[in-house]
Amino acid sequence: MPTLEDYVARIEGTCGEEKDVIVVFKYDKKDEAIANILKKAKEKNRLAGIIFELTFEDISFRLYTSGKAIFRSIKNRESLNQILEKLLL
Amino acid sequence: MNIQAIRQDFPILSRQVNNNPLIYFDNAATTQKPRQVIDVMSDFYEKYNGNVHRAVHTLSIEATDLYEKSRQKVAKFINAKDWSEIIFVRGTTEAINLVAYSWGLNNLGKGDEVLVSLMEHHSNIVPWEIISKIKGFTIKYAEVNPDGTLDYNDFESKLCKNTKIACLSHVSNVTGIINDVRRITKAAHDNGSLMLVDGAQSVPHMAVNVQDLGMDFLAFSGHKMLGPTGIGVLYGKKEVLERMRPFQGGGEMIKEVTFSQGEGCSVIWNELPWKFEAGTPNTCGAVGLGEAVKYLQTIGMDQVLSHERELTEYAVERMQECKKVTIHGCCDFSNKCGIIPFSVKDLSSHDVALICDNYGIMIRSGYHCAQPFHQQILKLHSSDRASFYIYNTKEEVDRFIEVLKEIEEL
Repeated sequence: MPTLEDYVARIEGTCGEEKDVIVVFKYDKKDEAIANILKKAKEKNRLAGIIFELTFEDISFRLYTSGKAIFRSIKNRESLNQILEKLLL
Repeated sequence: MNIQAIRQDFPILSRQVNNNPLIYFDNAATTQKPRQVIDVMSDFYEKYNGNVHRAVHTLSIEATDLYEKSRQKVAKFINAKDWSEIIFVRGTTEAINLVAYSWGLNNLGKGDEVLVSLMEHHSNIVPWEIISKIKGFTIKYAEVNPDGTLDYNDFESKLCKNTKIACLSHVSNVTGIINDVRRITKAAHDNGSLMLVDGAQSVPHMAVNVQDLGMDFLAFSGHKMLGPTGIGVLYGKKEVLERMRPFQGGGEMIKEVTFSQGEGCSVIWNELPWKFEAGTPNTCGAVGLGEAVKYLQTIGMDQVLSHERELTEYAVERMQECKKVTIHGCCDFSNKCGIIPFSVKDLSSHDVALICDNYGIMIRSGYHCAQPFHQQILKLHSSDRASFYIYNTKEEVDRFIEVLKEIEEL
């Protein structure tokens, strides 16, 4: 049974007033993580083939083909984990 | 200055990031390491590793010799009067904490004032805030002009009879603007205050002569000047350091620990600089820093600054082609190191940095550990920062501009 730890290398709060959260996917699982997310999230926009603007359950986020995602307006780590579980697993 | 030859010395510059050649523009955060530094550190562990100042055996003596030679190289690099004025620490942060805890705890109290500027890195604010809560002194903040330059009149007007120490960064880590620390040091000394200078962004990029500038303390980090992480320097005037109590206790920093029944232990501190170097030091780090200093001296610090300025001027000029890019702070290149803070309209700083990363370009985003500066002066939620060093080229700047233009089109 896969877990979040299989896909996520690190979650970091950014510095700056925006309080964004960056999720870094494990290098060897990033393509699989991106594919899973793109299957489940709604694509609002695709920019230069490297950035996907997505929404999932009213949460907007950006996914980068380098294997990183930036989430905004996340209440706390627990709610982020719940969203990631739904997106990835 | 042969940039292509210099680039050959940095193995990391040949790697790819996200299928693009690495362009490293985050030098204000940390710099890459030349082969010479990597080799000397590897050589140290392969041939010379021993605990310094501890034993009579050959390895200990050789390691001590290398460690102390590095201290002498650093002393010469900043023109310290004496090598014993060079204290090895973990980095700028620890150097400033050393002064705050060792000098501040013993010399500051209610009614006293510490003067810092609003452009400081957190490492030149937070230690003073911590100690002020213990000792009850006041911290005053000197204003910074909207263009990021220091308000010298405000700084000088806030020096008063209660000001025991003034603290200022030599070069802003956000804007790269160089502060006139000679002027502020003179003003502080005329006022009877000590002067601490955060040299984290100056010592790696320009010639810094402590005897000429006259500050009492100068703090800087090895990893921002081609050396390894975990090693840095506190320079202090000998007469000031001699009056200070140790920062941490342990081995190395004591000359004698005698025990008597009923009275416990009595301690005699070691001489400078070892009084401030408790425990086994980062010997290999110091050796690496010594080699980094040698590398920079071979190039020449005037050449380093000149190259960075040329690159900065070129980058700023080319960034004007980008309609959605705003450069923050003053752009007087004669008074600036190679740092460019900027924002892209309608994009968060982290998005810009992540897009650059996709193209193999490493830039910094966020507050750059200078939140008061961003909020109070620049009025920004965060910013992006491109910062250059000796191995960066105009071709890399051109690629960066191409990517910025692509970002604008998104």
